[in-house]
Amino acid sequence: MKSSTIRNLLKDRIDPVLWTLSRDFVGDTAETASLLWPSPQTDPSPPSVSETVEMLSGMNRKSVFAELPGLLDRLDPSGRYALLKLATGGMRIGVSSRLAKTAFAQAFEVGVDEVEEYWHGLAPPYPELFDWAAHGKPPPDIANLPTFRPFMLAHPLEETVVDLADYAAEWKWDGIRVQLVRAGDETRIYSRSGDDISATFPELLDVLPFPAVLDGELLVRGTHQGGEEGGAASFNALQQRLGRKTVSRKMLTEAPAFVRLYDALLLEGEDLRELPWTQRRARLEQLIARLPDTHFDLSRVVEARDFDHLAQIREGSRDDAIEGLMLKRRDSPYIAGRRVGYWYKWKRDPLLVDCVLMYAQRGSGKRSSFFSDYTFGCWDGDPDAGAELLPVGKAYSGFTDEELKKLDRHVRSNTVNRFGPVRETDKSLVFEVAFDSVHESKRHKSGLAMRFPRIHRIRWDKPVHEADRIEALRALVRD
Amino acid sequence: MPAAAPFSWIKPEPWGIHVVPANAWVDPSRAVDRALVTHGHADHARGGHGTTVATPETLAIMDLRYNTREGATPVEYGETIRLPGGVDATYIPAGHVLGSAQILLEHAGERVIVTGDYKRRPDPTCPPFQVTPCDIFITEATFGLPVFTHPPIAEEMAKLLERLAAHPDRCVLVGAYALGKAQRVIAELRAAGHHAPIYLHGAMEKMCRLYEEHGVDLGELRMVMDYKKEDIRGHVVVCPPSALNDRWSRRLPDPITAMASGWMRVRQRARQRNVELPLVISDHADWNELTRTIEEVGAQENWITHGREDALLRWCQLTQRRARALAMVGYEDEDD
Repeated sequence: MKSSTIRNLLKDRIDPVLWTLSRDFVGDTAETASLLWPSPQTDPSPPSVSETVEMLSGMNRKSVFAELPGLLDRLDPSGRYALLKLATGGMRIGVSSRLAKTAFAQAFEVGVDEVEEYWHGLAPPYPELFDWAAHGKPPPDIANLPTFRPFMLAHPLEETVVDLADYAAEWKWDGIRVQLVRAGDETRIYSRSGDDISATFPELLDVLPFPAVLDGELLVRGTHQGGEEGGAASFNALQQRLGRKTVSRKMLTEAPAFVRLYDALLLEGEDLRELPWTQRRARLEQLIARLPDTHFDLSRVVEARDFDHLAQIREGSRDDAIEGLMLKRRDSPYIAGRRVGYWYKWKRDPLLVDCVLMYAQRGSGKRSSFFSDYTFGCWDGDPDAGAELLPVGKAYSGFTDEELKKLDRHVRSNTVNRFGPVRETDKSLVFEVAFDSVHESKRHKSGLAMRFPRIHRIRWDKPVHEADRIEALRALVRD
Repeated sequence: MPAAAPFSWIKPEPWGIHVVPANAWVDPSRAVDRALVTHGHADHARGGHGTTVATPETLAIMDLRYNTREGATPVEYGETIRLPGGVDATYIPAGHVLGSAQILLEHAGERVIVTGDYKRRPDPTCPPFQVTPCDIFITEATFGLPVFTHPPIAEEMAKLLERLAAHPDRCVLVGAYALGKAQRVIAELRAAGHHAPIYLHGAMEKMCRLYEEHGVDLGELRMVMDYKKEDIRGHVVVCPPSALNDRWSRRLPDPITAMASGWMRVRQRARQRNVELPLVISDHADWNELTRTIEEVGAQENWITHGREDALLRWCQLTQRRARALAMVGYEDEDD
């Protein structure tokens, strides 16, 4: 059942405007419906979970409209909430998957890394995993399955200084980190979270000629080429290709994807993960000759005399597809997760601009009912000579819970206009906005779009006419 | 002289409702010469006015909070006071908290009611809301969305007592607004047969004493600071919502945190507060009470303020009632 089914179910029972206002405040469709559903006159006789599951699995897209109301009538608001969450497959409690794996490992006294590895090759309710951990059967055989292997991740460098004798530097590319897996006769592409995104990038499914698990950055080639390193377009170009289920021929020619390789985990049946980075790197450098250069290249090692020199190189990097530097300990094995001291990421400093809060909208989830999504703008000329504000971006993060409460109050006390769920404010508050880069964009009236904007500081003290002009922001465009 | 336009003598402004001929303001959010105050909550009653017209109970509450004895002009429930400019003001019970009143304003044969905050449920700590006919009904809308229907308070009390009985080694810490909600929860616990001592956060003491002086029986109350952790096991503790996750609560025996508020109806609100036991108890009218009250009062026109005006406005539209939303600021009720 989809959440649109819930909406349709309620359509005959409540005015659509009241529905929208309620949904907007509550921040969750199933919960809104559970609260709006009229309570039964008689005492509820709640169905059991198994009875509910059986009834739900017997329903189809049409019969649900006739059968679900009967179930809802037997429940109180919490019960209705649980039922609707079950029906939409959205029943969730907030436990990280890592915590679940750790708990499993501890319960059966097995290694959490092994659990992590097998987990991705299996499907719920994981009978093979229990057979192995609880009943002493041989471990699930995933060698010939194109399954995801957990990524090795990096810590932010912050104030740490490293010796380049122990650490090698590479560019941190601004695309999406992917794992390319070939096993059996199948290639799959996984995102950092282990999601299978193969369908989005069909041009990469036929180009890896041998079994392997490779770690790299997925980038696209585009008209805005990325400076001296060449070949890669900005993230902005890549974004056009993300989240698509079908890919048009036009997309494939205008923004073809390729993988810039960082590492090799498995190669033709051999597990390289225990080897030091230098050896894996050597294998990777040999390997690249066997791969088509249309779809693969190698993320080169950045040479520097010492750490200070490296810092200069980082400062000077103008390439738009570069997010910063990676520092990898030369003897580091490939270990799932974020282990201290092995890999560091050293991002370029964010760009900053002072913007004025223009519109606010309520958030969802933990922030539902708070105005937590902010649209802000810059001046299109001299604010003292009648310039106007034009929206340049939107941010949802960068502030504390305490600040959120103050911002919510600010929005509510300074609303001048309402457009459905959107509040227009009196434009009296300045945000210092941090962002990674800014690009030309037709989507916004200002003609600009920021990449990863977040609220850096709230400038309660700053007069709005001192906020930045669009020109200042445009000067930071690099592509 | 041409006759003044109907109702031109009453003007809503962002900082209060201006009764023009009397130069008086209802619940002004800034200091004025003459204030008509509906009840003692901080978003309605502020200090610093020249004259404050309110019920004796509300004046006592304001005195406790702001030391505003000067210019206090008491009006009993049902009493009418003549203001300058030919305006009569009558204070009518609103059922919100001790001393809370709707204010009926009459001028040139026209009747306007400002409800302040109100509810329609019985409350052992104050007289019930009285439906009074008028031409313009200025109603609050704190819970003005159809998702807000408050359950009977007896159900919520039963939940609380059940949890308390199940954990004799712990205590139930109830976060409740220090004026009104706290005393109502205590009085309702007594009504539900809970006669054990109830422990209080220091910030609650004076207001509870004030309620007792006004004839509200709260049973045996003890201050947390006078007792040891051991003494409090198996008991109910009441504190202001801000103290729920505060360091202060570390002196309590493994508290089960509860919050008595109409907002607890929404799951995420309870999560935002880190509340284990949400109790849906409100001193405001819920959606059904708001709409029923508008129907029963039957005013020509309804003005809707502080809260979720949009939905109530829509309901008025759907039921062919004249209505408008007022843009008043600073009337927040996050803790109710």
